[in-house]
Amino acid sequence: MEHFQVQGKVNRKAGGHRHQAITGVNASGNLEVLVERVLPDHECEVNVTTAVHGFRAIWEAVIEEFFKRGAPGGLRFWINDGGAHPDTVSLRLMQSVRLMEIES
Amino acid sequence: MDGTSNQAVAKPDRHCDVRDWQKQRSARHDRLAAGSRFASGKMVSPENAKALLEAVIRPGDRVCLEGDNQKQADFLAEVLADVDPSRIHDLHIVQSGVVLQAHLDLFERGIARKLDFSYSGPQGAGIARALAAGKIELGAIHTYIELFARYFMDLTPHVALIAGVQADRDGNLYTGPNTEDTPTIVEATAFKSGIVIAQVNEVVDKVPRVDIPGDLVDFVVKSEKPFYVEPLFTRDPANITENQILMGMMAIKGIYAEYGVKRLNHGIGFPTAAIELLLPTYGERLGLKGKIATHWALNPHPTLIPAIESGWVEQVHSFGSEVGMDGYMSARSDVFFTGHDGTLRSNRMICQAAGLYACDMFIGSSLQIDLAGNSSTVTPGRIAGFGGAPNMGSDAHGRRHLSAPWLKAGREASGGDSKLTRGRKLVVQILETFGEKMKPNFVETLDSVKMAEELNFDLAPVMIYGDDVTHIVTEEGIANLLLCRSQAEREQAIRGVAGFTDVGRKRDHKAVEALRQRGVIRRPEDFGIDPLDANRQLLAAHSIADLVTWSGGLYQPPSKFRNW
Repeated sequence: MEHFQVQGKVNRKAGGHRHQAITGVNASGNLEVLVERVLPDHECEVNVTTAVHGFRAIWEAVIEEFFKRGAPGGLRFWINDGGAHPDTVSLRLMQSVRLMEIES
Repeated sequence: MDGTSNQAVAKPDRHCDVRDWQKQRSARHDRLAAGSRFASGKMVSPENAKALLEAVIRPGDRVCLEGDNQKQADFLAEVLADVDPSRIHDLHIVQSGVVLQAHLDLFERGIARKLDFSYSGPQGAGIARALAAGKIELGAIHTYIELFARYFMDLTPHVALIAGVQADRDGNLYTGPNTEDTPTIVEATAFKSGIVIAQVNEVVDKVPRVDIPGDLVDFVVKSEKPFYVEPLFTRDPANITENQILMGMMAIKGIYAEYGVKRLNHGIGFPTAAIELLLPTYGERLGLKGKIATHWALNPHPTLIPAIESGWVEQVHSFGSEVGMDGYMSARSDVFFTGHDGTLRSNRMICQAAGLYACDMFIGSSLQIDLAGNSSTVTPGRIAGFGGAPNMGSDAHGRRHLSAPWLKAGREASGGDSKLTRGRKLVVQILETFGEKMKPNFVETLDSVKMAEELNFDLAPVMIYGDDVTHIVTEEGIANLLLCRSQAEREQAIRGVAGFTDVGRKRDHKAVEALRQRGVIRRPEDFGIDPLDANRQLLAAHSIADLVTWSGGLYQPPSKFRNW
């Protein structure tokens, strides 16, 4: 298992009022994302636990792009990864932000 | 009157030996006589099949052993691979598919030497090895329609070994739903004094319909088991990914709807299977029924069943059949081309022509795309051939009839609206940025370039050339290459949808942003697509069992796709 954290300043605060959400599954080629609204409005943090070693640079690129493109201000993410491709990671992150925007 | 009419016409010198203009016909009579010793009328028992082939085929003959990506004359292939190589050798094999082990055995045993083909699929690695070992002398790798065309020019078979479902005693053949290449092969062989030998599943008193007239068939062998058909076009909805659904939504909204594409061909991959299953759900929600995807040149994809049942599809013409779909198609003859007997009639040559000249769009997947948009399915050590994709995925410069999508694409490409601007076919590549095992689908140089160097090919195999590609769809967005005005813009448009591959990460961010402002690149959010919709719930069917249910039990999937 490899663990690491990526933090950043983001421009846009996440919409909605939901406190937390969970999406995806920790299965082969997939990932599980737990997201909670616990940070200041313009901060974001992603904690990654992955079964696959050696892809930290790509993870950081994916997450930094997400900070720019998405609206994840105020959110902390916990990722349990089962070897998902970067495109699946991006999609799950976007989906988890959307889940926080809509009422549960 | 022309000025020469009063002058004596110089006659060719006929003094030399009178030329024999009937050599092929006499050779045919000799071959027929030799073969007849093993036949009763046209009927040959399976035990005599080898003796028949040894009597009829001559060293150096061009032989077409029928087989493509679907049906196979597998019994005759095995018999041919078993003939005595001291009697029959140096054959020139001219056939669509090199698919069976027996096809390669011909070269291993020295029965055949030269090969002109189109598709190899499962034997891709075997062909590459046989080429490297000098066992195969390669003529060329063709597309289907090119090889068929050469059957009528310089690759006319001396002997064709074909497959049918049923024959009567006069040799009339019912080739049924999997008619595919047979009429084309027989046309070329029989009308040029060649010999046609058919394997059939059964001999009957009267065939349900005559697909091939008995007059064109010389010998019939009842095979010990039905000819093999590969279920190549069956995609299990359970294996469709969320990113494929996302790409499908973008394609429907950003291409199908935007250009109003009604006549089209789909490739074989999962992303297009996803689109087929999104038409009755997402397409319905967008109010597109009847406005897009009504007329198809397509193999009978089981994943099209929900769209057909929901009334989306007016008409489908097919290259071949698909295992398990025959009963469904018979019951839906308003949609499919069927004989008066009620079963499907497919025809690869004609469907290829329909795809080339009558479709406004091809959309399909690929394994590798380079910075110019060239794509290839060659992977190291494998020669997969071309099949039909290069023809489906190319702009036909002979096309003259107009349609709205064709005109719009042409005008986008030229940047103007002149009375002399020709239209363009939409050629769309749809693929995730990464393939299996994190293999990037976007590359600086295609693997096929390296393979061409290793095998001393003059040309690297390219499935679809970049200059024919109009759009590339990935999970990151759609790049509209029609709107690119330079090679550099094209490259950035491709990098701009190449995700986190090395090619994607080396993008010029400013240039990509400028392309996005111009609408050359569009993202899911630009289409108003909610990422939460990229969910398997949006598919009209989630499993093969769902497809069976949609079909009212008429679709009967092969056992390898049944998990119930």
